[in-house]
Amino acid sequence: MMPVILWSDALVFLLLGACCVAFWHIRRHEHLLLPWRRVGRSAVAMCSLLVLSLFVLVGLLDTLHYRVALNGAYSPEVLSVFDKLAEPLRLHTEKTYSAPLAVALYAKESTTDEQGRVVRTYPRLKYGGAHLPEASGYDVARRALTGAIAGVLAGLLLGFKARRAIGVTVVILAALIGMTLNLAAVYHVLGTDKVGQDVLYLSLKSIRTGLIIGTVTTLVTLPLALFLGVAAGYFRGWVDDVIQYVYTVLSSIPSVLLIAAAVLMMQVTIDTHPNWFDTAASRADLRLVFLCLILGMTSWTGLCRLLRGETLKLREMEYIQAAQSFGVSSMRILSRHIIPNVMHIILIALVMDFSGLVLAEAVLSYVGVGVDPSMISFGTMINGARLEMAREPMVWWALAAAFGFMLTLVLSANLFADAVRDAFDPRLNRS
Amino acid sequence: MSLLKVKDLVTGLASGLAIVDGISFEIAAGETFALLGESGCGKSMTALSLMRLLPDGVANLSGDVVLGGVSLFDLPERLMRGIRGGSMAMIFQEPGLSLNPVMTVGAQIIEVLALHQGLSGALALQRCVELLAGVGIPDAAWRVNEYPFQLSGGMKQRVMIAMALAGKPRLLVADEPTTALDVTIQAQVLQLLRDTQASTGMAMLLITHDLGVVAETAHRVGVMYAGQIVEQASRQELFSRPLHPYTQKLFAALPQAGLRDQPLAAIPGSVPPLGSIVQGCRFAPRCDRAWSLCREQTPAWITLSEGEGVRCHLYDRIEDGGFRIEEKTPKLQDVAKPNPILNPESCILKVQDLQVHFPIRKGILQRVVGQVKAVDGVSLAIAKGKTLAIVGESGCGKTTLGKALLQLIPPTGGRVVFDGRALGARASMQMVFQDPYASLNPKMRVAEILEEGMSALKVGANSAARQAHIDGLLDKVGLERAAKWRYPHEFSGGQRQRIAIARALAVSPGLLICDEPTSALDVSVQAQILNLLKSLQQELNLSYLFITHNLAVVAYLAHEVCVMYLGRIVERGSTDDVMNHPAHPYTQALLSAVPRIDEGAREYIRLAGDLPSPANPPAGCHFAPRCPCVQDICREHYPNAVNVSESHVVHCHFQSISVDGMTALD
Repeated sequence: MMPVILWSDALVFLLLGACCVAFWHIRRHEHLLLPWRRVGRSAVAMCSLLVLSLFVLVGLLDTLHYRVALNGAYSPEVLSVFDKLAEPLRLHTEKTYSAPLAVALYAKESTTDEQGRVVRTYPRLKYGGAHLPEASGYDVARRALTGAIAGVLAGLLLGFKARRAIGVTVVILAALIGMTLNLAAVYHVLGTDKVGQDVLYLSLKSIRTGLIIGTVTTLVTLPLALFLGVAAGYFRGWVDDVIQYVYTVLSSIPSVLLIAAAVLMMQVTIDTHPNWFDTAASRADLRLVFLCLILGMTSWTGLCRLLRGETLKLREMEYIQAAQSFGVSSMRILSRHIIPNVMHIILIALVMDFSGLVLAEAVLSYVGVGVDPSMISFGTMINGARLEMAREPMVWWALAAAFGFMLTLVLSANLFADAVRDAFDPRLNRS
Repeated sequence: MSLLKVKDLVTGLASGLAIVDGISFEIAAGETFALLGESGCGKSMTALSLMRLLPDGVANLSGDVVLGGVSLFDLPERLMRGIRGGSMAMIFQEPGLSLNPVMTVGAQIIEVLALHQGLSGALALQRCVELLAGVGIPDAAWRVNEYPFQLSGGMKQRVMIAMALAGKPRLLVADEPTTALDVTIQAQVLQLLRDTQASTGMAMLLITHDLGVVAETAHRVGVMYAGQIVEQASRQELFSRPLHPYTQKLFAALPQAGLRDQPLAAIPGSVPPLGSIVQGCRFAPRCDRAWSLCREQTPAWITLSEGEGVRCHLYDRIEDGGFRIEEKTPKLQDVAKPNPILNPESCILKVQDLQVHFPIRKGILQRVVGQVKAVDGVSLAIAKGKTLAIVGESGCGKTTLGKALLQLIPPTGGRVVFDGRALGARASMQMVFQDPYASLNPKMRVAEILEEGMSALKVGANSAARQAHIDGLLDKVGLERAAKWRYPHEFSGGQRQRIAIARALAVSPGLLICDEPTSALDVSVQAQILNLLKSLQQELNLSYLFITHNLAVVAYLAHEVCVMYLGRIVERGSTDDVMNHPAHPYTQALLSAVPRIDEGAREYIRLAGDLPSPANPPAGCHFAPRCPCVQDICREHYPNAVNVSESHVVHCHFQSISVDGMTALD
């Protein structure tokens, strides 16, 4: 087995490291900890954080990549720890579409029965409900119930000491997970897609793509927006003019157009240099990282404008003038006085941007300029569903699954962002 | 018969923590009742309780408010809306924030007229013009259509008063109505309030921290401390015979010229935080007359006569109240008498003809069409170990002057010589800013704040030496050494100002520029800071350039005074000369506008209008349009410097004529 670190993995680890450093730094400073305590006191924030952390867990497990050793060489397929854990889901592929929890395919096919007659019937699935002689609603209900009960018990064990709202969330989540686990062992809980892949597996794999788009993009946005915004606000004059000119021009170009052009150029480069990549996964990954880069280049303007405005206000503060009267250098004033005082704005903007970026990925992939078609993401799932929705009878579950997962992710991110904004907003009265 | 009766009013947080804790008072029609106290005492909360406009989370917990026989707390909100602005109106502290910037002032007043008087159309407009003219706004018919940004601060406050009067209120609640205004404007507004009261017979609840305003305006006074009224008396009684130690301390803490050679009687500490004292007298921790009983038992309200009383254990048995406490103020070590003539060699700072002009740009090409002459040819000199005060109204360029000296704003012209050298060395001159809440970075600890300047200017050999220096600084400004590991938000305003002073002193400057260092502080804390500045001056032989609008502070602290008007110094001289024998009409008007607590009647020189714009100063003498003794020559030529005496220079044609006249007589 050979561990593989793709570009996006490296960036995720970098981000994780930054989060750990920030966490450690905040722990040591009481005044930084204070707003986070307020976040901690908000039940909505903690419940959405719980949901978010489940998503993040799946995403992180899916980020630890490796290649299996096959007698002397390594397999060309790059797997992740999550793939290993969800091996049955990944390998149990059917022939084609099957509905959620079905035991047979979705369309009739001609088969020969024992008597040698050709009959048109719904063929049984290879894995879904294979333990049963025939379809049984009773079995589904029994498995769902036992799974849910086990989940509730586990949830109670975990959450009995927590506050009521959080305890309830833990129990509900545990019941859902228990139910899904118990059913997924023998059924395709969310059905299968055109080539028979389990939709639940696809949805879970999409989480990593969404999270990477939502977080790695900020690695590009942040330095640009922070440095340019603060510099424009603090130095004024021609520096301000130049930076304002750049972001005004950039934000007046339709961003989809810019992204499409950049991604297509990238695609051509990738296609003409197949020797750069040793696996298909690394090729798809480079395109993902590049997409993050492009999204970052087009989305820093909003935060930059915000930071410029805030810095304009801060530079007139008397403590800045006091520092100036000591002859403290401009770079030092920026790093010691201004940046720590705009940190709350950055944090709020980043958390708010996250959900927007996840949605942007879905839209771009739908348009066809998003991630590599071989990479599983919400966008590619929705793109695939376009034809399925037009089909008769309609295949609705792939779209519904992508929709449900994305809604949960974005909603919990938004709720968390709201709570963070409230906790950091100095204007709110907290007497 | 009282118009307003407040009985045992308790206002507090929903948790039961009382902000206003059981206060009672009455106001008769035509009477002004003043609530006096430092910030955080619950004065404004009392006013908001009466209006039933409390912020979220704060509620009237108990008590009763009766206005003209109607109990306000029993009224449904619908009827209460009719009372607000109708029989009871309020004016707020910050006129700039209380007017809607996107509505004309006329529209805002007509709104009130439509609501409470049922007027509309031409009738409402006519009444609106009457009201504006009534509060002394010139060209009222034309001003009706102006937006708030077109009016000056004093004008806005007049509009606010006109709006409050539009509903013909029987009670006017004025919450610090003049705190944001300059002295000359303050005098105009207070006069307007008195005149209005005399003509309409309304009652007035005046909320203020300024003893001078109380002395000028109030008939009866309630002194508030930590949510309670600790003393209530008529104005004459309170000013001639303050009973409560807190009131006595407030009077003693006022800076005055007569106290020059001694430290002010500062009240140690600050107002206790909400709910921190549950047992005993709330003032006990800061009171030098407190004994064990004060800490154990809460003093009861002792009624001395009708409408007068005190809440203090000192008067538990002594009903005659003849208990006058003499202040023990330690004399400073012998202070050298200010030398009236500046020895040019001893000057630490010499400024010649300093100019700071800001260009006005207009049009597409951003061509310079004019200059705002914020500082227009200022010359001054400060001797080592002495204090020079710069006095003037807001907008006269005094802060710009301070910043230009520090090179925070590049000067347009002129020469600044510091300690014999042209300006350059930063360490030799430092600044203490006005607002201690804005001048300390909230994200840095005290030690980091103090060390910043030292490391930027390479003071102190290494980190250990700097830390030792920081400890010494904290001792000097009267803070604990442990304070250096804490963040600014953990300190009170006075303590923050001490940190700001320590920061300036960290690089051992020879001159401190103090830009209104006490104007954001309470009277008792102001006294602490002034004492600190004075003792530091003696200890370190510091020079101060003291920028202020507070003339009482000038009289107490300064050796020399410069009066600034529209970017120029109009009068310069020793403190005694300028304060006691002002030669320039502007200085005379400024001095006469300061509310005084010692004498009842005085001559008040009323100045017409506001400070003109420095972008477009009047021709000739800048003060001519407002000057009471203006002559033809004033409108044509800017007056040259005239020596009234050796240490007293004034720019005024009037003085030059009289001096010439005298020389002619000789």
